[in-house]
Amino acid sequence: MFEVYHPVKGELFEVIDNKGNIINQEWFPEIDDSTVLKAYKDMLFARTVDLMIVSYQRQGRIYTYPPNYGQEAVSQAVASQVDVENDWVVPAFRELPLYLAKGAQLRDVFLMYMGDEKGASWSESKRMLPISVPIATQLPHAVGLGYALKMDKEKHVVYAFVGDGGTSTGDFHEAMNFAQVWKVPVVFIVQNNQFAISVPFNTQSGADTIAVKAMGYGMKGIRVDGNDFFAMYSAVRDASDYAREGSGPVLIEAVTYRKGAHTTSDDPYKYRTKEEEEEWDKKDPLKRLKYYLMERELWNNKDEELLLKTFKKEIDQAFLDTENSMSYELNEVFDHLYADQLGDLIRQKKRYKEFMEWKAKRQESVQNK
Amino acid sequence: MKIMNIVKSINNALDLMLRENNKVVVYGEDVGVEGGVFRVTEDLQKKHGVERVFDSPLAESTIVGSAIGMAIAGYRPVVEIQFSGFAYPALDQIISHMARMRNRTRGKFTSPVVVRMPYGGGINALEMHSESMEAFYAHTPGLKVVIPSTPYDAKGLLISAIESDDPIIFMEPKRIYRAIKQEVPEEKYAIPIGKAKVLKKGNDVTMIAYGAMIRECQKAIVMAEKEGVDVELIDLRTIYPLDKETIADSIKKTGRVVFVAEEPTSFGVGSEIMALANEEAFLSLEAPPKRVTGFDTIVPYPQGEHFYMQTPEKILFELLETARF
Repeated sequence: MFEVYHPVKGELFEVIDNKGNIINQEWFPEIDDSTVLKAYKDMLFARTVDLMIVSYQRQGRIYTYPPNYGQEAVSQAVASQVDVENDWVVPAFRELPLYLAKGAQLRDVFLMYMGDEKGASWSESKRMLPISVPIATQLPHAVGLGYALKMDKEKHVVYAFVGDGGTSTGDFHEAMNFAQVWKVPVVFIVQNNQFAISVPFNTQSGADTIAVKAMGYGMKGIRVDGNDFFAMYSAVRDASDYAREGSGPVLIEAVTYRKGAHTTSDDPYKYRTKEEEEEWDKKDPLKRLKYYLMERELWNNKDEELLLKTFKKEIDQAFLDTENSMSYELNEVFDHLYADQLGDLIRQKKRYKEFMEWKAKRQESVQNK
Repeated sequence: MKIMNIVKSINNALDLMLRENNKVVVYGEDVGVEGGVFRVTEDLQKKHGVERVFDSPLAESTIVGSAIGMAIAGYRPVVEIQFSGFAYPALDQIISHMARMRNRTRGKFTSPVVVRMPYGGGINALEMHSESMEAFYAHTPGLKVVIPSTPYDAKGLLISAIESDDPIIFMEPKRIYRAIKQEVPEEKYAIPIGKAKVLKKGNDVTMIAYGAMIRECQKAIVMAEKEGVDVELIDLRTIYPLDKETIADSIKKTGRVVFVAEEPTSFGVGSEIMALANEEAFLSLEAPPKRVTGFDTIVPYPQGEHFYMQTPEKILFELLETARF
């Protein structure tokens, strides 16, 4: 695959068209219908979660949130084949389908964006790092995790994510270079969603593609239609096989589009047009996969309507449960910073409690007056 | 005169300086087309062109590093770091080069760069969006660190920063970006770097703060008055170089000092104030100098942030203890 779709050719690896028709039979992945159907349902679930979080945000029940809307196929392609126990996932912050596949609970996702660190650790998930707020700074960690897998002779893979903007950073370049020099089993997936907040890719980079950057490191690379689930699935399969066998890292550029805002604080119409959004809407990853499934009578609108209803109920219940059980104790500010309880922190906590007592007494005396 | 908030007054200062000096350039992430995520640079690209006001690739290190190069070549770059918590990849350029170029070349090359960055908490933000790490910069020889607390000061201080021949870290209290409005002259004026301002005269306790904490202190002072405590409030405006004279004179007068900031307590700006009180006003002290500052912890996510932030009540609690010592 990496020779046929060599990045210097500048070709985009695609398997289905916008109507879900197979246009590249040779590279259609070995995948059974039930896996495809599950992938579609999982993407639909993630999209529903995403849209509902945005509406909770508008209701003032959640803080700033970065939507995944339109990019679901990229990380779903990993979610559908990841070894939940053993592979590592190093997220950026727009890989919701994969977080859920890796064992993240809805509660974790909600808490994270409601402003509670308890959500950040993905309480029940194995081998998945927290979301990384400073762009691309997580990529060197992926290299280290890959090195550890290699040392421990574990035949597993690290999936590391970053966006198009992140490829401008020093950490991106340094991580690519280390990864290839050490030949670590890391699959780097760049979600090229066309914008780093307001900055389009042609202002971000002078290169025609991100995939071609792999050449500079001596690394395998491929440019994939990130809104084509089958193309992503194939590319991730080949890349992870390559990495798992000890051949080294691979860079996948997933060409996609952020249909939503950068975060709920952002207004995309400051820097792009409705027309452009409509053009990309034709390539929506869920629409394309749905065409494919409907053509084969594996799915219909009635199924979707019913499932959406169940999803919404489940998500709303989980959100209410999270809201109703929220708590944040003073101890949580202090308890996880060091392995030991430091004297400074103990004193500062004690002083805060004295303040709280004083405050309570003062309020009492005001009320008594 | 025009009513402005801090966002507008900084925008106005940049606009003026871009108009007056063709060596001034303004850039950073989302600074051009979008006008910055806080809209501080709104419309500046339209007014001054894409060559002088522009979007950079996403890489703080080279945003600052390239500004050093431009400054050496005679330009006056004003670069924006989107949030101060994203400045860390640029620390190498700031510490290793920006702060040292003049000294290293015995004055042959200089780096009069202004690095603007919104800082501070209290806006219910994600991780890395709420820090107050001004002490890093104040501790680095070769840098000057400026933090305004009002629209008027923000404009005058930024103009001084751009005209300064030294590199300036200009930290903007984003929590009050739009919260305070006041009359600001539309013409150019400068407020000297290195001069604190006595915002309120008082006889019992000297209170020292800057940035978004000034407003919290003012609220605490109103409450303290009802308790019979008369506070003198000093806005530092410049963290480094510190206006030691103004601070020491006040402490000598009141004999008591309370420092208020969002920064973590240990090894901070407040530590320097404590040292100053002892070094310059030891014989006048009537109570131990006190810091009302953040815990030595990471700023908690929004649900826990109220524990960390300095509130008027918390300031009052500590202030009364010092006043009645």
